[in-house]
Amino acid sequence: MDDLLFIFASASVINNFTLAYFLGLCPFLGVTGRIDTALRLGSATIFVMMITALASWCLNTWVLPHAPYLRLISFIVVIASTVQFVEMAIRKLSPALFRALGIFLPLITTNCAILGLALFATNRGYGLVQGLVFAFGAGVGFTLALLIMAGIREESELAGVPALVRGAAMSFFIAGILSMAFMGFAGLFHGS
Amino acid sequence: MSPSMPYLEIAPAPRVSSGLGTRRLMWEVLVTLIPVVATAAYYFGAAALLLIAATTTATMGTEWLLTRGSGKGSTRLGDGSAALSGILLGLCLPPSTPVWMALLGGVVAIILGKAVWGGLGFNLFNPALVGRAFLQAAFPLALTTWTAPQQGFWTLAPSVLAPPFMRAATDATTTATPLGLAKFAGQLVAPESLIFGGTAGSLGETSALVLILCGLWLGLRRVFDWRLPVATLLTAALFSGVLQLWGGVAPGPLFTLSSGGLLLGAVYMVTDPVTTPLTPRGMWIFGVGVGFLVVLIRTWGGLAEGVMYAILLMNAVTPLINRLTQPRTFGTGMRST
Repeated sequence: MDDLLFIFASASVINNFTLAYFLGLCPFLGVTGRIDTALRLGSATIFVMMITALASWCLNTWVLPHAPYLRLISFIVVIASTVQFVEMAIRKLSPALFRALGIFLPLITTNCAILGLALFATNRGYGLVQGLVFAFGAGVGFTLALLIMAGIREESELAGVPALVRGAAMSFFIAGILSMAFMGFAGLFHGS
Repeated sequence: MSPSMPYLEIAPAPRVSSGLGTRRLMWEVLVTLIPVVATAAYYFGAAALLLIAATTTATMGTEWLLTRGSGKGSTRLGDGSAALSGILLGLCLPPSTPVWMALLGGVVAIILGKAVWGGLGFNLFNPALVGRAFLQAAFPLALTTWTAPQQGFWTLAPSVLAPPFMRAATDATTTATPLGLAKFAGQLVAPESLIFGGTAGSLGETSALVLILCGLWLGLRRVFDWRLPVATLLTAALFSGVLQLWGGVAPGPLFTLSSGGLLLGAVYMVTDPVTTPLTPRGMWIFGVGVGFLVVLIRTWGGLAEGVMYAILLMNAVTPLINRLTQPRTFGTGMRST
């Protein structure tokens, strides 16, 4: 139980995929203009991550021992088809969200955080439950980073940000400060 | 509710002006920093004055250059906010910090912490802490090396005057802070030295008594909202108390409150009106969050001290807190939309 709790805390906060590993930066900078869009993209990512964790565990257990050289390509295929599935579901269930997410929904496919998740889980030898908790934690951490970033950016829209740094430069400044703040979690729970 | 409360009360008219503008607010805080700086100078000697002067020069110089070039008319040094950020940054540096790092920290604090956001009032992170976090990330060794106080007024640690990116010719005698001792060696420092000062640590955090008195003075004069520091300190005390009773993992409320930068942060940084929530409910959430994170990082983190990171993290979620605690418009349903 402690082990699972640690995996969750580690994936969501301490080694936050976005702010500590710098994975998934494209949606982090691209879809964080508004809080509700960020929340929905975050939920979609959590879902894709959970499915990926499940699928990669199945692959690791039954397929890859026979053909280890297929690991990377099979993970990519799994992620791409999951995203396709999510895309179809969102298109049917919420056309407005589909339009709001735009290109970033298919881009979950190339979100390095998800491939990173599958590879980390394999490298660390996580079992099924551990892998799912890890995926959920990573997704929650990713959503948290998106939400914080969206909140800050919505507020700085109203601020008198100088024309020199408005836009992408400001996003990178904010991401840098956030990353420095998350350094405070470095090494959390490692001593005990 | 008294009309002289200095936070932005989001309520319908009529309102009464208290005459407490930015300039007077900053000067009130600056005056209470005099005893804190004097204590730092008493215990750490000329190095304290030199470092605080360096950070303040850097912040005020950068602010002057940037506001002068922004085309918005006169410079904004008069409001005292740049000087305040500089002194606070100086107060949270170790006494052996090289002067060039202090200068660099001051420049980064104003550029990254304030100017890119659009100046005073728009910044979402405390400028002094942004500068401090930058220095800690860039020079982790120099910023976690602590020299013992009371070595004579004119005794400077050799590293203070080291040229940029060079090591000092000789090493200073280093020591551990009370938090470092408690965390890595399991020793508790006597409470008297924590309260009156004289322990190793950052320049401004040495004496709990001076900080408490300054905080009380500012709180009684309604310069800041009492909810923020009270929530922070109460949460830290309660959480560390619970941890002490539950297996003795944390060193107890009295030690937690009087050691490290908790009081300095609670009095001067948690109360920053710009980077903290606007609503009373949001203030409680902010304070509780800071207190909780401080004890969490101190107890289980890789670092001995976490006040800076706790405040920066809560600064980061302040827009979300503001949004969640938005008061409903009078006459509308229970939930504002």
